[in-house]
Amino acid sequence: MSDDAKTLDVWVAGTEEPELTPTDEGAQEISIDESGRRLDEQFGRVVEDDYVFDDDADEDERMILNMGPQHPSTHGVLRLQIELEGEIIRRTKPIIGYLHTGMEKTGEQLNFSQGGTNVTRMDYLAPFHNELAYSLAVEKLLGIEVPPRAAAIRVLLSELNRCSSHLVALATNGMDIGAISMMMYGFREREQILAFFEKTTGLRMNHNFIRPGGVAADLPPGWKDDVAAIIEELPRRLGQYDDLLENNPIWVARTKGVGVLSPEEAIAYGITGPTLRSTGVDWDIRKAFPYSEIEQYEFEVQVGEQGDVYDRYRIRVEEIKQSLGIVEQVMDTIPKGDFRVEDRKVTPPPRARIDESMEALIHHFKLFTEGYKVPAGETYVAVESPRGELGCYLVSDGGARPYRMHTRAPSFSNLQALPIAMADSLMADTVATIASLDPVMGDVDR
Amino acid sequence: MATTAPGNLLMTTIDKAARWAKTRSMFPASFGLACCAIEMMATGTAHYDLSRFGMEVFRASPRQSDLMVVAGRVSQKMAPVLRQVYDQMPDPKWVISMGACASTGGMFNNYALVQGVDQVVPVDIYVPGCPPGPQSLMHGILTLHDKIMKGEIAS
Amino acid sequence: MTEDNSAVETEEAVEVPARPLPDNEVLRGLFEAFEDVGWGDSLGQDVALVPNDRWLEFATAAKGAGFEVCVDVTAVDWMRQRTERFEVVANLLSMQHRLRLRMITTAPRQEPTVASLVPVWPGVNFAEREVYDMFGITFEGHPDLTRILMPDEWEGHPLRKDFGVGTVPVQFKESHKVS
Repeated sequence: MSDDAKTLDVWVAGTEEPELTPTDEGAQEISIDESGRRLDEQFGRVVEDDYVFDDDADEDERMILNMGPQHPSTHGVLRLQIELEGEIIRRTKPIIGYLHTGMEKTGEQLNFSQGGTNVTRMDYLAPFHNELAYSLAVEKLLGIEVPPRAAAIRVLLSELNRCSSHLVALATNGMDIGAISMMMYGFREREQILAFFEKTTGLRMNHNFIRPGGVAADLPPGWKDDVAAIIEELPRRLGQYDDLLENNPIWVARTKGVGVLSPEEAIAYGITGPTLRSTGVDWDIRKAFPYSEIEQYEFEVQVGEQGDVYDRYRIRVEEIKQSLGIVEQVMDTIPKGDFRVEDRKVTPPPRARIDESMEALIHHFKLFTEGYKVPAGETYVAVESPRGELGCYLVSDGGARPYRMHTRAPSFSNLQALPIAMADSLMADTVATIASLDPVMGDVDR
Repeated sequence: MATTAPGNLLMTTIDKAARWAKTRSMFPASFGLACCAIEMMATGTAHYDLSRFGMEVFRASPRQSDLMVVAGRVSQKMAPVLRQVYDQMPDPKWVISMGACASTGGMFNNYALVQGVDQVVPVDIYVPGCPPGPQSLMHGILTLHDKIMKGEIAS
Repeated sequence: MTEDNSAVETEEAVEVPARPLPDNEVLRGLFEAFEDVGWGDSLGQDVALVPNDRWLEFATAAKGAGFEVCVDVTAVDWMRQRTERFEVVANLLSMQHRLRLRMITTAPRQEPTVASLVPVWPGVNFAEREVYDMFGITFEGHPDLTRILMPDEWEGHPLRKDFGVGTVPVQFKESHKVS
């Protein structure tokens, strides 16, 4: 740093070189496997004779390459240790934990009403789904039902969220493979949806809008025009993506037959979401275990065939269209009514009542200082997030805070598909495979 | 390096020219960690367009960049990596701490996060927000440009 | 445990041959095969209370009965509220029958150990590593039981109730004013 008398130091503490040695993750890292333990021994045998394993290879020919955690294409702070033999990948080990935030511990310190602020930052591309899973779990423990209008608003927002999350997935998928225009297209569409979110919830991301008992506020006046504009504009723009990618020989060559998963592998590893559907398994929680009155809307589950990157890209594009169909149905059929449950023990009274009624004042006070108490119990609720099955396992001991709050993160399980999808494939296909699994590291590490 | 020899007209002009060059072609190193990274990407894309300031190219290698935008929460495991990436950047370099989690630990005051990135690297600009919208981030970047132009921040 | 405790009481106290069993046929067949596994109904969800030594056996039987997917393995630390400090919870899913089942077992305070479910469902690999990292519960038979979320040299298990949150008091740092 220059020692200039005229300039002022602006930074504060910590300018001395801190003593930070890189963490030695000896046990977490991969090393040349002298014992020659096969991949399936380490991860569990799924299908017999799945990989072609060249056991005669001289161990001197193998090289361990480290990718990440700071890397432009790993979709966040994912670290991969790849054992290479020339250009062919033999083993991969994902090392995660670089974004671990202790959210489950924080969840035990916040009361049930504040829990949404914490949970929404886990899968930051699908914040409404996180909040929805958490709210549904709390409502189950409380034993309350949300009014139909609140359920419809929830469906509207989470399906729009699915669109915006898939747009990011398509944008980064395209950019990673080389079609940088996709990044611009995807985020341009996303801005329209985020503008609607900002109008409704006040924030572009991490909204804390879906709360136990309903939603935080009603939809703003004129929302139908905004949603109609999105419904009209987005399919046209999806046509632009098709023009860019669909029959593009480079795109097809880089995505077809790459990162293939078979249905047995996917089921055994607990993979859900578009990745599972790309292998041919028809499984969607919105159809199997419907929540928030979503069964009244018609939509089709998109299923692929080959289980490769191209199928997952295609499924995401089609899912955007299906979600827009659901949004249109919600817009046409949304009932009038309350946007949150009228139970006094859970919902704060309207502000005007506080001046008039002592009881309302006391309720307001108790709800905002201590929070409502949830009867003891445990439950597990799952929703279909853009990445797969997002579940919330909630244990309450009768107090105002969760005793244990655990989120079943779809990306956490989907990452286990990575060594399987990448085994015996070329190094250059790694980026395409990671992008197609669409991991969100906030979800993985929590 | 910014040097001023007071009273020398030639050196002041060169100095000003050097500062102008630094601000007009800053290359950010991609250090997007969490939710703020998505807003950083949104700042770089068409709607908010960082490219009008010459900054849309996020260099993958820290050796080729001069601005590090720490976008997101820094966990205990990530802190040494952050320091290593910072050390690899050549001078002059600046750091913007984007978001509440990077500036002070944010809403997560617990065992897992470094409470403020300035415990690891020296920070020039703090951008508040959770996450800060693209306008806030751009305001932070432009403030940094301003301060460098005025000479308030040495590298 | 807040599920139907009468299931356990009926077995130990009074020897009534009929213990509560689920209505669903698939589940009924599964529970009938295991004498010492209790069935509970937690707010409409089926729960299997499995003794620690029968964990792997019951899991294998469940997979055979049609639960192809293990969605999640997690744990709860009951600290001093129960004699057995830890509870290990596995959530199962059957796609063909559209059923969910939850398996719960307990682990003692000193050196908690549970059999690993990786031989049955390879997908619980990461989840069990996370439980080991966060709670310190050892899984026997796990191919690679190392820390996953915290750095390797971290000491302590963060999600245990006796591990503090680690809150740092808010510091107002002295900064030079830029005028």
